[in-house]
Amino acid sequence: MPYLLLAPVVVVMGAILGYPIYNLVTLSLQRYGLFELIQHHGVYIGLHNFASVLHDPVFWHTLLRTVVFTVVNVGLTMGIGTLIALLVVRVSTWVRLLVTAGLVLVWSMPPVVAVQVWQWMTNSQNGVVNYLLTELHVGDYFQHNWYETPFSQLAMTTTLIVWGALPFVVITVYAALSQVPHELIEAAEIDGARSWRIFRDVTMPVITPVLLILASLSILWDFGVFTQPYLLIGQGHIVPANYLMGIYLFEEGYVKTDFGRGAAISILMLAIVAAMSVVYVRRMLRVGETE
Amino acid sequence: MSSRSSHRVVWNVLGVVVFAVMVFPVFWMISTAFKPDDEISSVTPTWFSGSPTLQHFRDALARPYFWADVRNSLIVVLVTVAIAVAFAFLSAVALAKYRFNGRQLFIVLVIGIQMLPAAGLIIPLYVVLARYHQVNALSGVILVYLSTALPFCVWTLRGFILGIPKDLEEAAMVDGSTRLGAFVKILLPLVAPGLVATSVFTFITSWNEYIFARVLLSDSSKQTITVWLSYFLGTSRNIDWGAVMAASTLIAIPVVIFFLLVQRRISFGLTAGAVRG
Repeated sequence: MPYLLLAPVVVVMGAILGYPIYNLVTLSLQRYGLFELIQHHGVYIGLHNFASVLHDPVFWHTLLRTVVFTVVNVGLTMGIGTLIALLVVRVSTWVRLLVTAGLVLVWSMPPVVAVQVWQWMTNSQNGVVNYLLTELHVGDYFQHNWYETPFSQLAMTTTLIVWGALPFVVITVYAALSQVPHELIEAAEIDGARSWRIFRDVTMPVITPVLLILASLSILWDFGVFTQPYLLIGQGHIVPANYLMGIYLFEEGYVKTDFGRGAAISILMLAIVAAMSVVYVRRMLRVGETE
Repeated sequence: MSSRSSHRVVWNVLGVVVFAVMVFPVFWMISTAFKPDDEISSVTPTWFSGSPTLQHFRDALARPYFWADVRNSLIVVLVTVAIAVAFAFLSAVALAKYRFNGRQLFIVLVIGIQMLPAAGLIIPLYVVLARYHQVNALSGVILVYLSTALPFCVWTLRGFILGIPKDLEEAAMVDGSTRLGAFVKILLPLVAPGLVATSVFTFITSWNEYIFARVLLSDSSKQTITVWLSYFLGTSRNIDWGAVMAASTLIAIPVVIFFLLVQRRISFGLTAGAVRG
């Protein structure tokens, strides 16, 4: 009976995920370009694709850039998210409802839409960001171009990603914070503990599991990010100097129609992600067992 | 006490600032969509338009392929939701109610697959779908969306089914119904909120999806609405920001409405295990 119930999902997943992943392996060992795509038949070339990728300095630069990008994005998301969650615990009820409503609104924005809004707000001609920064005397940002260098392009991508990721983090950490026993905090206050010590010794142990899950999810999402950098930097401005892993793969494999080499890059990328997700999967598995 | 309430004021002010900064981009999108062109092109921005206009919405709707691509998105989304939720429900019942060989492996796969980055799968999916003439066809996109939606739906629905008290189900069986009969009569109404939540979540992720739609659909008349929006900017030198923001607002509206309905249940589903330790 259970196998009958599982059958539809297993069949569909096997056909549209299992079979392509099997193909991914064979593809990576073949020369498979546009000609081979039309012929539906590749030419076996052994590990040549992997050798070509691993000898490509662009691959290593992209990998390093993506790791740094991921660390910065996850760090900012988790840090700012936790601070806002701690703030939400301390405000009056009406402010809490206001902030939560705002966060849910932001959460629901489709990424492609958010990219359009970012481009409009930060355009050099009459973007509102330049206006506000100049008015607030942060500096002279009249017609400032936010997309001048690869660094600034990726920095703008970071602002977009962190903005979009904060609601999930804040709301989840807030939910975890509300599990911290009130009596414990009061007892610690009576004992004269400083607020930093209360945070470290009472609050942190309760929310650490949640922070770990959120951090590992964020790492996986940010490492494989594509839509935001690709569209915000702009399809015409994507160059090796601002590649992230997902974009490198897209350009080398799909745009250049070198599917064999693209498959080799995919396997390397999936292997890195799989290694990183072991922590998360094991944790969720324990949940599946206890229920 | 007085130092406490003065602290409270500082926290409240900070909270309002956080709210303002976070919501500003959404406000700016809607505000721009209703502004006449001279207010948009001015270097000194207008916060609220003195003479709001619907012209940008008319322009956006009149753009080539808007309606065709909305139709494509709706077809893809609705078919994906229907199949994903129906299939996932069956698997979720199996996971929640039975112990069987391979259960562990199935759970690992369900969780693990959700971690795969979409970018890593575009090459094999493109090549395989091309082999079966599913490139530039909505059916190919639907298949791909199913593969991302199913694991999430299985996992979330399983949680909902586990939440149902066992006595209820046993009571139904005592009444002489079969196990399947008990499911239909007792479980289905109780799982309804879960079915709604997963449907809406699948609706949103499929409606928002970009990379697979961009790779698999090349004809303008066959694209989904997110791909349509992503090409909006690139087509002219003088960007019509009013129309871009009006289109963005229109595309975001269905998502915002649906999201508000189910947000609580979904955030719970994603981290349920973590919160309960």
